[in-house]
Amino acid sequence: MSEGALVLDCRGQRCPLPIIELAKRIGDVEVGQTVTVLADDPAAASDVPAWCRMRGHEYLGADGDAYAVRRLR
Amino acid sequence: MNTRGVSASPPGYFDTASTEPLHPAAREVLLAAADEGWADPARLYGAARRARMLLDNAREIVAAVIGARPDEVTFTGSGTQAIQLGMLGTAAGRRRQGDGPRVVAVSAVEHSAVLQTAAHLERHDGTTTREVGVGPDGRVDPAAFTKAIDDDTVLACLQAANHEVGTVQPVDEIETGDVPLLVDAAQAAGRAPLPRSWSVLTASAHKWGGPAGVGVLAVRRNVRWRSPLPDDERGGGRAPGFENVPGALAAAAALSARWEEAEAVAARQRELVDHIRARVPELLDDVDVVGHPTLRLPHLVTFSCLYVDGEALVTELDRAGFAISSGSSCTSSTLRPSHVLAAMGALTHGNVRVSLTRDATRVDVDRLLAAVVDVVTRLRAGLEAL
Repeated sequence: MSEGALVLDCRGQRCPLPIIELAKRIGDVEVGQTVTVLADDPAAASDVPAWCRMRGHEYLGADGDAYAVRRLR
Repeated sequence: MNTRGVSASPPGYFDTASTEPLHPAAREVLLAAADEGWADPARLYGAARRARMLLDNAREIVAAVIGARPDEVTFTGSGTQAIQLGMLGTAAGRRRQGDGPRVVAVSAVEHSAVLQTAAHLERHDGTTTREVGVGPDGRVDPAAFTKAIDDDTVLACLQAANHEVGTVQPVDEIETGDVPLLVDAAQAAGRAPLPRSWSVLTASAHKWGGPAGVGVLAVRRNVRWRSPLPDDERGGGRAPGFENVPGALAAAAALSARWEEAEAVAARQRELVDHIRARVPELLDDVDVVGHPTLRLPHLVTFSCLYVDGEALVTELDRAGFAISSGSSCTSSTLRPSHVLAAMGALTHGNVRVSLTRDATRVDVDRLLAAVVDVVTRLRAGLEAL
């Protein structure tokens, strides 16, 4: 998976911190661009896609600890 | 309603899915049975025969409610022990020294006692576990679960209803053929009609207002079951050790009383749960209300609040006088989020499980909701722009 325009290193942070960081920074990329969250909290595997569903963004999948999100709005 | 206060529901208690306060009917029977049923039910004198009679009586009452024959029912030391004995004994009955079918089929949202026992079978009996996923509402697709059961399956396990989100499973729509089906009915028993098509059914008395330390293991007569433990004649050869006669009788009394009032209680609880499910997203932004909207247990509702730490939520609500539980990872000893929420694709942080006592009122619920709104708003302070 190619990394997005923005990479957020949230390793060592516990949920919900990586999700808060993602929400704070999603506006830093243009609509259509991707943000990659690096997170080693196991909850991120559920919570990144759930956040995308709730906030109307596209979850592109995970590559190990790297979760890719496309900004849709 | 109880006027002495001893068994009335504690105020602010919204965690009956973990354990229900003792039912008033159970309390009286527990005290009486402690006086009447103390003797050894395996002996042949008067007091022993009385204890045996009380135990048989308890079995008959429980059997009638769960749809079993009395001789199919054994009282165990807990619901977890019932699951362990049910799964291990059924697997042992179908396997001989590593031969025979080797797949244990389970839903992904079973109670951890079921998943841990499946893992134990993997380690010690060479089985493999086949997990069947669920939809976003937490429900297993009956066709997919049926498909996961084949000639190589030693045992299938599907809960009557989920303990974290309340979704009722389509147990009676599963076709198992000759493969035994274990149904964990811990969360449903006494609250909702139970499925009929089980081979083994397990339950736990403290979940329906009986005393702790009493589980139920029911094994259909036509199911091969072999004890995974050293031989012991107690508990019909199924559960080891001296029978807890007063506990069993109190459990039966609670189940009987609970089942008699089940429809009325469920109607009230459904109204309150529908109210919570509708009101929470109106009161709070960014909330994931979890579980099936209609095919659900009456007493239990779950939601997750974005950007909120689950442990902080539980702690702050406790400080405000409310007892709730959470499936968020920071509230679990393993620091992993609830496998149920994860399997459903639900938000796992900021999770709140609300489960109602039998006499919970609209006033109680509205007080809780006000506290939830207050706590979540405070915990989200500074994040308003997200």
